[in-house]
Amino acid sequence: MESPPLWVPLFTTIVVFAFFLLSTALLIWAERRVVARMQTRLGPNRVGPLGILQTLVDGVKMFFKEDITPGMVNKPVYTLAPLVGVIAGFLAIAVIPIGGEVTLFGETFTLVVADLHVGALWILALGSIHVYSVFLAGWASNSPYPLLGGIRSSAQMVSYEIAMGLAVASVFIYAGSLRISDIIEAQAGDGLIPGMPGWFAIPLLPAFLVFVVGMVAEAGRPPFDLAEAEGELVGGFNTEYSGMRFGMFMLAEFMQVVTMSAIVVTLFLGGPSGPTFGLPDAIAWVMPIFWFSLKMSLFIFFFILLRGALPRARYHRLMDLGWKVLIPVALVWTMVTAAFVLLNELGGLATETRWVLAGIAGVIVIGLLVLGSSPDDASDAPVPPDEDPAASDHDKVTS
Amino acid sequence: MTGHDAVFLLVALFTGGAALLTVTSKNLFHAALFLAATLAGIAGVFLVLRADFLALVQLVVYVGAVAVLFLFGLMVTRAPIGREALDGQNRGLALAVSGTLFVVLSGLIIQSFGGVRAAEVTGPGIREIGIAIFAHWVLPFELLSMLLLAALIGAILLARRESGESGEESVERRIDFGDEPSTEAGAQALPAADTAGELPAGEPVAGGER
Amino acid sequence: MLAEFLPILLLFVLATAFAGGSLLVSSLVGPRMPNPTKLSAYECGNEPLAEVQSARFPVKFYMVAMLFLIFDIEAVFIFPWAVVFRELGWFGLGQMALFIAILGVAFIYEIGRGGLEWD
Repeated sequence: MESPPLWVPLFTTIVVFAFFLLSTALLIWAERRVVARMQTRLGPNRVGPLGILQTLVDGVKMFFKEDITPGMVNKPVYTLAPLVGVIAGFLAIAVIPIGGEVTLFGETFTLVVADLHVGALWILALGSIHVYSVFLAGWASNSPYPLLGGIRSSAQMVSYEIAMGLAVASVFIYAGSLRISDIIEAQAGDGLIPGMPGWFAIPLLPAFLVFVVGMVAEAGRPPFDLAEAEGELVGGFNTEYSGMRFGMFMLAEFMQVVTMSAIVVTLFLGGPSGPTFGLPDAIAWVMPIFWFSLKMSLFIFFFILLRGALPRARYHRLMDLGWKVLIPVALVWTMVTAAFVLLNELGGLATETRWVLAGIAGVIVIGLLVLGSSPDDASDAPVPPDEDPAASDHDKVTS
Repeated sequence: MTGHDAVFLLVALFTGGAALLTVTSKNLFHAALFLAATLAGIAGVFLVLRADFLALVQLVVYVGAVAVLFLFGLMVTRAPIGREALDGQNRGLALAVSGTLFVVLSGLIIQSFGGVRAAEVTGPGIREIGIAIFAHWVLPFELLSMLLLAALIGAILLARRESGESGEESVERRIDFGDEPSTEAGAQALPAADTAGELPAGEPVAGGER
Repeated sequence: MLAEFLPILLLFVLATAFAGGSLLVSSLVGPRMPNPTKLSAYECGNEPLAEVQSARFPVKFYMVAMLFLIFDIEAVFIFPWAVVFRELGWFGLGQMALFIAILGVAFIYEIGRGGLEWD
């Protein structure tokens, strides 16, 4: 295999970098618009058509804000924390293909920064480094609420990291590889039933659900946004931050939404695959990018809806969900998947048998879910939303 | 010196420097951070030796979990932070032990791999490692689960004292924040905001000698 | 294989330049008018109640980190197994099932006696 000239991967890297930065900017705008609609407000609508340039303007404004460094902080670590968050966020996208192959200027670009042979592990590794950002911010602030928020958020993040890691194990079992392009390849054909897409989300539905819940918690998004529970921790780990450093935390948080959506689309929903409608080759390369963006946007929209619709979960419910429901379900499901794959490959199962097995697996999972959630006592009555998370967050961004 | 060697040298210098800072840093928290950097540097060494699976496992387990465990450990042990707090009396002994260890280990490594050039090494991929563990080293693998079991039991024992089985845990020794902050902190913050300046002075507060 | 990581290095440089550059530009063009109130802890508007440096956290957080480490190692062993288990067949499945079961029993015991209750 001859390697392309050096500038080809470098150019691709810049394109991917720009793609995710742009997606993040659009996400912030979309979130404010959609949440505003859900609360019968208008949302930002002044800058550009429909206010679409609002994020850009906010970013520029951020430069001219005073960046206060309180006296009691540990300065090097205080500055390091937001940097770690943003850099880890950007690096996590390295293994995600945002499209297929593109031929331009006589060179073929594969729209992925690096298709590592252990790509999926790369994502998990960067996720575990992201914990440092939160922990360091809490510690360096040297102030009770940030410290408390930092510890609580990092405990939350590590808990859900396990759930996510165990959930993707069944993807690896199906795909037989950790290379992202192999995982996408494995989802290319028909599913268990002819005509359905071979996306892993369908045969691995429990793992998919565990992963989605896990990624909402990992990204620290409502209803699991204990990291910045304004009502309880006055903003959590980033309380003492202001100006551009605070902006970096916001960027990292929103970027995580984009990254997580991209990851779940890649691992469970076939990534950039999709019909090309027999377009001529010259423009058919647009379709994978289109499909990827569409799937990713739908997931981002789902994130936004969650934020607008759900009250914040309490901390012990959050930890209970992670440790007592998601992790056992993911572990059991990994074993069930492996047994199913072995049965299928050794015996060549008939379609009816598959349905029966799927039914049994479903019953097991539902039973686990019921068992996991039943021991709650009366003291766990749902807490009414204490304030409007979106609005106060919004205040912090714009004020 | 090839480019590969240069990369290796850079990574090794980074790792060694971080390791040196780990033991010389006066601030325990900084030392833990330098330890994390050292562990990340070792991941870099694995990468240079073309063992990318091992490199990422090093990141996930050591940087992502072991170092985080250290940081959490600092949080629960009231780590002393300051100039003198960490100046142990055992410098000479520590130097002797680590020096001996260094000589023995480098001797062993040079004896085993002395003739191998880093540029020619190809570390195992995930498939080779999987076959090695699950087809050849089955018993050690199962024994490992016993080791993890011991760690899990250790965690259970740690939690036992806290979960109030004895009920002897005095209120003062439990920290006023961190345990169940969500309701208490919120409830205290609101009235306090109205009556700023007349906070209850005698409130039992952790380390309240400020 | 190292060449594979070259674009990642570039991505790292881009991200660092973006984040570091933003902080740098902001510190150059942003106003800087410190006063004692600004430089004190923001917290929630009050004087800080507790001395942070001497604060200790409940051991429960440490336990979560400990469990995290154990399950992280478990996950890291599951990954190579997931890649090769087709070749190992039922023997491999039994191996992993035993591995998970040993930890699973202890974990269930832990949950059963309330080790993970966040009262």
